[in-house]
Amino acid sequence: MKASKSRGPVIIAALVLLLLILHQDNWFWTDATLVFGFIPIALFWHACISMAAVATWFLATRIAWPLSDDVEDHEGGV
Amino acid sequence: MDHPGLPQLIIILVYLGLLLALGLFSSRLFKGTKEDYQVASHSIGPFLLLMSIFGTTMTAFALVGSSGEAFREGVGVYGMLASSSGIVHSLCFFLIGVKVWKLARRHKYTTQIEFFRDRLDSDFVGYLMFPILVGLVIPYLLIGVISGGAVIQSLTGGLAPDLPMFQVFDAEGDANPALHGGVPPWLGSMVICVVVLVYVFFGGMRGTTWANTFQTLVFMILGVVTFFVIANKLGGQESLLDNLKTLANSVPEDKVTRSEMSKTKFFTYLFIPLSVGMFPHLFQHWMTAKSSDAFKLPVVCHPFFIMIVWVPCVLVGIWATGLPADMHLPANPNTILPFLVKTQTGPILGGFLAAGILAAIMSSLDSQFLCIGTIFNNDVVTHLAGKDRFSDRQQVMFTRLFIIGIVAITYFLSLGNVRSVFALGVWCFSGFSALFPIVVAALYWRGLSAAGAISGVFAAITSWCILFYQGTKVPLEQGGLSKFVLELPLGGESYELMPVVAMMLSSTVTMILVSLVTPRPSEEKLEKFFG
Repeated sequence: MKASKSRGPVIIAALVLLLLILHQDNWFWTDATLVFGFIPIALFWHACISMAAVATWFLATRIAWPLSDDVEDHEGGV
Repeated sequence: MDHPGLPQLIIILVYLGLLLALGLFSSRLFKGTKEDYQVASHSIGPFLLLMSIFGTTMTAFALVGSSGEAFREGVGVYGMLASSSGIVHSLCFFLIGVKVWKLARRHKYTTQIEFFRDRLDSDFVGYLMFPILVGLVIPYLLIGVISGGAVIQSLTGGLAPDLPMFQVFDAEGDANPALHGGVPPWLGSMVICVVVLVYVFFGGMRGTTWANTFQTLVFMILGVVTFFVIANKLGGQESLLDNLKTLANSVPEDKVTRSEMSKTKFFTYLFIPLSVGMFPHLFQHWMTAKSSDAFKLPVVCHPFFIMIVWVPCVLVGIWATGLPADMHLPANPNTILPFLVKTQTGPILGGFLAAGILAAIMSSLDSQFLCIGTIFNNDVVTHLAGKDRFSDRQQVMFTRLFIIGIVAITYFLSLGNVRSVFALGVWCFSGFSALFPIVVAALYWRGLSAAGAISGVFAAITSWCILFYQGTKVPLEQGGLSKFVLELPLGGESYELMPVVAMMLSSTVTMILVSLVTPRPSEEKLEKFFG
């Protein structure tokens, strides 16, 4: 857990970069396929990107959160 | 209740009444201090923070504009405006919100300007940022106030066609079928302003947060309900899935793909959502958090909430492109959703949708009004007169008076011929994005000097003005200001870029170069922020 905490910011930075690359989905630019018969594939892909963003940010709260409430108390900030 | 426009009007009035009651109730918890009025005594937990931040960042555009843009541009608008925001907004909350919250709690800041003044050890940076931030928020406020009046008018059409002030005629002198008899925009906008003013005035940040939470729930639920009702009505099939398939198959191919959309413009739109990192009203919402852990829920759920609101609206927008010509769709794409609600559903849902759109509008307006009142008090009056000159009670009074003033100014500006203000939306966001490198550097780069930050701000604003001037030269037939893009010639091809790229580049380069050759703040000061 400690090792993943120290590598956490790097993992999250890599995942965000990956999301930004996947966001530019040139491969579906002119594809008119309807997923499940009703969702255009470009919309489906980007809805999946939104869900992947949720997963990435959830992981960020577990392995790369910049502060803990204990630290804030210690600093007398709260 | 069968009278045209009456059910809608009643639902809108009940909704506004509920908001007033919520604002007045929250004022009973008011502790009488400036900190309580401006940042709810830093008492807001994860759920309320999520709802208030989401409600503040989503405007009427999320419901009305998204379906309108999808009608005009096709499905690509989701990737351009929604999934990009899901990634970038949470990134800003994570990288900037949490860090700035920690510093602000430690050093007692409420506004961005207080933070920049202290971090850069410069009074001038505060005086420079003050008019820029207020100037960029005002068009944003105007869009909300004007949209509110327009929505109430369009959804109460037919209410009082005999009252002269409710009548709307077109150029040929015929009654406008969509608007005639509806509540006039000046009256609708006034009511919106008064309701927001009352709950912000009495409830302060606590009232604003509660109202935002309520309003966010309202517009999310109503958006989804509207989607299912319209799908079932327009599809004309037995099951929901059959309706969805029928509607999707009727959409022209260019609207289910991005064949007409520039790839580089799509890519450079990614820079626009960075604007949330510099929104002064969002900064103030961050300050309300009870702890840094309260940010976790907003960071995680924000992209999901955007998806819930945007996917149904984009689908409705593209379905409208496949509807038969005899439905006489309105010429203005932004009225597609209200038109479909009015023609395909009953007056009750029409009234609820009006409430939902107003919810989206008001949940941004309230935070912006409160934020400008706070900036005036903290960064002008108190800063000039001295911190100990006024009591908390007096400062709450000043904040309230400034809020009244800014509501009045915004309302009177909205009465002018400012329809073109809608084109300013993306330009306001671009302006905030252009300032984004400065807040990042202030938080993460010890080498940032006051001169570097000031030069960066000047570069951002100068490039904004030059590009804006170029944008005004685009003929209205070609979309005017809102369609202005930069053309980058490369290898015999020309690539379209959003103007925000040039603005951010100029502010970043200037800020770095000037910082490298000018003295940075003292080591003691830097220790305060990086130690």
